[in-house]
Amino acid sequence: MEPKIGMRNLKSSAFKGVIIFFAFVITIPLIIILLYIIKQGITQVNWHFLTNVPAPPGEKGGGIANALVGSFIMVMLAAVAAVPIGMLAGIYLSENPRTKLAYYSGLCVDILQGVPSIVVGIVVYFWVVKPFGTFSALGGSIALAIMMLPIIIRSTEQTLKLLPDSLKEAALSLGVPYHRVILKVIVPCGFAGILSGITLSIARVIGETAPLLFTALGNRFFSTNLTKPMESLPHVIFNYATSPYDDWHDLAWGASFILLVFVLTLNIVTKVITRKWKIQL
Amino acid sequence: MENTIVKAENYNSYFGDNHVVKDVNISINKNEVIAVMGPSGCGKTTFLRGINRMHELIPGATSKGKILLDGQNVYDMNAIYVRAKIGMVFQRPNPFPNLSIYENVIAGYLLNGIKVAKADKDVIVEKSLTSAALWKEVKDSLYKKGTFLSGGQQQRLCIARAIAMQPELILFDEPTSALDPISTSSVEALFHELKANYTLIIVTHNMQQAARVSDRTAFFYMGELVEFDDTKQMFTNPTDQRTQNYITGRFS
Repeated sequence: MEPKIGMRNLKSSAFKGVIIFFAFVITIPLIIILLYIIKQGITQVNWHFLTNVPAPPGEKGGGIANALVGSFIMVMLAAVAAVPIGMLAGIYLSENPRTKLAYYSGLCVDILQGVPSIVVGIVVYFWVVKPFGTFSALGGSIALAIMMLPIIIRSTEQTLKLLPDSLKEAALSLGVPYHRVILKVIVPCGFAGILSGITLSIARVIGETAPLLFTALGNRFFSTNLTKPMESLPHVIFNYATSPYDDWHDLAWGASFILLVFVLTLNIVTKVITRKWKIQL
Repeated sequence: MENTIVKAENYNSYFGDNHVVKDVNISINKNEVIAVMGPSGCGKTTFLRGINRMHELIPGATSKGKILLDGQNVYDMNAIYVRAKIGMVFQRPNPFPNLSIYENVIAGYLLNGIKVAKADKDVIVEKSLTSAALWKEVKDSLYKKGTFLSGGQQQRLCIARAIAMQPELILFDEPTSALDPISTSSVEALFHELKANYTLIIVTHNMQQAARVSDRTAFFYMGELVEFDDTKQMFTNPTDQRTQNYITGRFS
């Protein structure tokens, strides 16, 4: 008996060692990417870079102001559309999990989540860009909103499903009508989870290039017109990086750095929200 | 008859095809404490939830017959109105975790969007918490979240929340089964005080509790109301063999 136990202990330790090793290994690529982008990008970032539009080829300087504003407008517009729709659909899914409609719309959400972003771009191209005859920020926003929907729906659903039924019963037994039970009790109690789903979805789409390629297209000039092409951060990175000029490559690193800062900040904000605002049940 | 507050007439409840409460006829007087006891699955909780129409919220749940509240069939009234008129306290304390103690007490007004002046709110909160024997313990922490309280305090907060709506009738669904003995005795002591102003119907699977707190006891078995009598009479000299078997512990 004795030697066998020794063997078992050894196997257990070996297994533990292996999983610790891989848990450590997966952090390496991320750290390398982060360090590299910071190293390449941080020197590019200054006030001029943030407040100027790209310079013509050959001229020094130039910035990403149009891309910053463009990304902000398009992502915010996408959020304004996707948040209410996603939350309401998520509420339905968590409230009526056993209906046929919930089954099929849940399935659609899963499939939508798996649709490649470039396909979303093409669809919006045919739905919005072609009929209107012009590339537009609006088209870009719609494409981004479609990308955000499944994340918001699922996170709302999962958050609300975790709330105990007793909470709903408490409100219903006071004679509170159903819509108020949902809006005043259920949603506020799941607020942290829903909000973190929203910030995560924003972090997810802010770096999306494919759905914007043939919707918002890109714009070398400063534009806030929703019916005209608009620049975005990922697109400006693509443009600068594929250009033949070395100083433009540097600008691409700068823009990458800014994008990375946004995504990291959003992720950290999400974590803080979940921890700080989580309601103790 | 004058004194009757709740009356069930041939009341039946179902979960799908499952007949859970069978032809119950019962008449409950004002300011009485009624204990409803019986073994698990006998339909006592389902009956209770039929009174304020919480039963029908479960998918597939239906009911037949009448429940008269002050002579009016609750099934002819708007369910939301019925639930606002009848207070309910659940098995597990369920204060609203997003609201403070103060807000929890007036939750019935807040959540229904009923506007109440600040001064009136203060009065309602103090009165309800005093009636629920919780005022002294929480008067300095009214703006803390209700979920910071102990289990027994939370349950009394839920009672205060029910009282605040000024119901005539309060339903208790095994209100102490999730509480420790000390909290249980604090809630039981409260029943005696509440009796002066309210009618209480308490579902319990704890016979000692039924004996301690109630004026009359209803015994449910397999969905039927087997016996309904003065608590003393019921525990000393039950008329039905099944009641006797239950009380003497031959089954539970």
